Amino acid sequence: MLFDYETYKVIWWCFVGVLLLGFALTGGFDFGVGMSLPFLGKNDVERRIMLNTVGPTWEGNQTWFIAAGGTLFAAWPMVYAAAFSGMYIALMVCLFALFFRPVGFDYRSKLKDPRWRNAWDWGLFVGGFVPPLIFGVAFGNLLLGVPFRYDEILRLEYTGTFIGLLNPFGLLAGLLAVAMLLMHGATFLHQKADGVLAERARSLAMVAAVLVIVLFAAAGFWVAYGIEGYRIVTMPDPNTAFMPPAKTVERAVGAWMDNYSRWPLSIALPLAAFAGALLVIAFSAARRSLLAFLASGLTVAGIILTAGVAMFPFVLPSSLQPGHSLTAWDGVSSHKTLGVMFWVVALLLPIIVMYTSWVYRVVRGKVTEQHIRDNEHSAY
Amino acid sequence: MTSVDEVVALSRLQFAATAMYHFLFVPLTLGLSWILVIMESVYVMTGREIYRDMTKFWGKLFGINFAMGVTTGITLEFQFGTNWAYYSHYVGDIFGTPLAIEGMMAFFLESTFVGLFFFGWNKLSKVQHLSVTFLVALGSSLSALWILIANGWMNNPIGAEFNYETMRMELTSIGDVFFNPVGQVKFVHTVAAGYVTASMFVLGVSAFYLLKARDIPFALRSFAIAAGFGLASTLSVIVLGDESGYTAGEVNKVKLAAIEAEWETEPAPAGITVVGLPNDEHERTDYAIKIPYVLGLIATRSTDQEVVGIKDLKKDHEVRIRNGMKAYAALTRLKSGDKSEEAKQAFKQVQQDLGYGLLLKKYTPNVVDATEAQIKMAVNDTIPKVAPLFWSFRGMVFLGMLFLFIFSASFYFLVRKRLAQQRWLLKLAVFAIPLPWVAAELGWIVAEYGRQPWTIAGILPTHLSASNIQPQSLYFSLAGFVGFYTLLLVIEMTLMIKFARLGPSALHTGKYHWEQQPAQ
Repeated sequence: MLFDYETYKVIWWCFVGVLLLGFALTGGFDFGVGMSLPFLGKNDVERRIMLNTVGPTWEGNQTWFIAAGGTLFAAWPMVYAAAFSGMYIALMVCLFALFFRPVGFDYRSKLKDPRWRNAWDWGLFVGGFVPPLIFGVAFGNLLLGVPFRYDEILRLEYTGTFIGLLNPFGLLAGLLAVAMLLMHGATFLHQKADGVLAERARSLAMVAAVLVIVLFAAAGFWVAYGIEGYRIVTMPDPNTAFMPPAKTVERAVGAWMDNYSRWPLSIALPLAAFAGALLVIAFSAARRSLLAFLASGLTVAGIILTAGVAMFPFVLPSSLQPGHSLTAWDGVSSHKTLGVMFWVVALLLPIIVMYTSWVYRVVRGKVTEQHIRDNEHSAY
Repeated sequence: MTSVDEVVALSRLQFAATAMYHFLFVPLTLGLSWILVIMESVYVMTGREIYRDMTKFWGKLFGINFAMGVTTGITLEFQFGTNWAYYSHYVGDIFGTPLAIEGMMAFFLESTFVGLFFFGWNKLSKVQHLSVTFLVALGSSLSALWILIANGWMNNPIGAEFNYETMRMELTSIGDVFFNPVGQVKFVHTVAAGYVTASMFVLGVSAFYLLKARDIPFALRSFAIAAGFGLASTLSVIVLGDESGYTAGEVNKVKLAAIEAEWETEPAPAGITVVGLPNDEHERTDYAIKIPYVLGLIATRSTDQEVVGIKDLKKDHEVRIRNGMKAYAALTRLKSGDKSEEAKQAFKQVQQDLGYGLLLKKYTPNVVDATEAQIKMAVNDTIPKVAPLFWSFRGMVFLGMLFLFIFSASFYFLVRKRLAQQRWLLKLAVFAIPLPWVAAELGWIVAEYGRQPWTIAGILPTHLSASNIQPQSLYFSLAGFVGFYTLLLVIEMTLMIKFARLGPSALHTGKYHWEQQPAQ
């Protein structure tokens, strides 16, 4: 083994974070473009331009989600099992919405009938809007804790409902996720489209950025002063294998702020999120679309990391029995499996980043009306 | 039915349904991607545009199919967690690894480059584009490799050991998991079956153009590539048949006995039952027609090894279930905090039969207090119903032989340049288009139904694997999957048939049939 168990556990917390960030930063703008499709695209050509800005790459972007699911299964099997079986209906609704995307992109422009195309456009809207909303709601509920516990053979019991997830804080987090990816998609579109469509995307990016600032500030305030965070009181040596019920945990208002007082530098993360959103407004106003897009990415990363660091080492807190909460220390795979999977990620991730960058380079440049007309029968 | 039984039954139904929907699209992706590589390679080598048109046209159909493969595949990546939470906890340490590698190594490759396949024609050099096509094909076959390594491990769980402290199976050797013979055999058999499916698809659609005398040069070249690739693939499927994998692993013995309806252990080499009516109740096959010696030769590759019959397997399972009760008792003692060496030793001695003890959980939560009647029920559970396996297997083999005939005949008449006169063969090829899908689904029924009552052979019973969720949730999701997938399948088929009928005219190059001649 290259590292001891505890080190691997920390590395794996980072890896899961990287994969989720990869998804949010790339798949994120696809969702944003999807949810604004019926509104920003006023006619068929404009909508086709929008679809083709993400057309060649959305599939690879979504794979970050699949890869995150797979690595979660391998490295954090109990988290994988608890999160998805616990929030069963939410995940199902998310999957159903995602179904519209692969078929929507590929089938929409294959037939000329305007009703056919319009129906798929709304399907793509659902596929772009619903998943971010559910991811956000789910993340919000992680901060609140979800009602589950384990029995003596570690079978999971979950007492929550789908409606229970739709509490005010969860919904706020859902809206924040939607606004954040709407901004990300709009800055991307500003960069990849031209003319009147790019102008519309530019305005939308600025509005969304304002929303992000407001919602993120509200959520931050709520986390600090409103909801109860979780804090480990006692637990076995993190360098050994142990299961969730082996520790004791307390809940207290403001406990999610512990890490920010422990590592004061981490306050840079929420600051980066705010700064990024302000820069989106400034760069969009100045029509510096690439810089606006990069600033948007900074915001997306900042927001996700802010929540992740606040919760560390918690991953899935249990409101029913706080000691059964899943953290980066327990509910993880064996030392051996974390070691094997470390090499898988360490070797493959750079390769993935390399060829993905190459693909983006090949398809660089703006998607124009002329491009759609020239590729009438082959473009999306 | 208790609510647990209902949840298990519904979860099984949902997994079977979603996996079978997914596998309506996977085989064509697996094979058609390589057929595209072959066509485009000819284009790059000869520079003849007809081969580029072929790549683009069959690529269009590939895309329609691929979209549905992705739509149905995403469900499977998450369904272990949503519906099989205890399974995910119990074996995630091992099973998650090939799944994660599939995502990182294979699916990433495939989905990142598939966009460039469609949109890169004017942006890449010829060789670059061919490389992209190749990487898509490589990605899809690698994807199958890792999935089947995972699936092979469910049938033959080696390289892992139970850890009573974490209450789960943990990895002991990643090499054993990767090079599991059952997984390797399944991989070769399954991807080759995918190549057959795609070959039959291209062969049948091309035969349709030939019958209609449309775009003949285009159709003939496509037909030729499909016939060659299909013949080689069919031979691989049959020669490297799955059956050779059945000898490895305990539960595969059950599968073998069930698909052969081998009730009694016969002296080696055993005879094969060609047809008959398996009768579970009386444990015999009515009206059986048998050929002597053949089964023993196929299954054991020898003349002196026995194929164990169902009745003897049950006797063996009863012993193991009784042993499993002891293992459960020893485990309970360990879990209650007795960490003495003696307690550990007591568990170690019977630990390999813990899974058989867990079979009793279906009937009594405490396992150790099982009655004789409950033990008997658990023993009966260890043998899946024979008839579905018996007939699915025979259906698959019959279809395999039919494919061999079609590809051989096609290849023969093509080489002799007498294809045009063989209208019966062309019609047969059109008619046979859906049959490889039937064979593939039958194959999955044999593989997965034959593994029951286990999710992990001999380790974890299906009944214990499911999530602790409400039946209502499952009715919701099952209705959602069946509704969405059926609707999307109808849409997919409509588009597929529309573009297949249109043929290469769909490319709008101005060179093909419907563009020369006004469409009706």
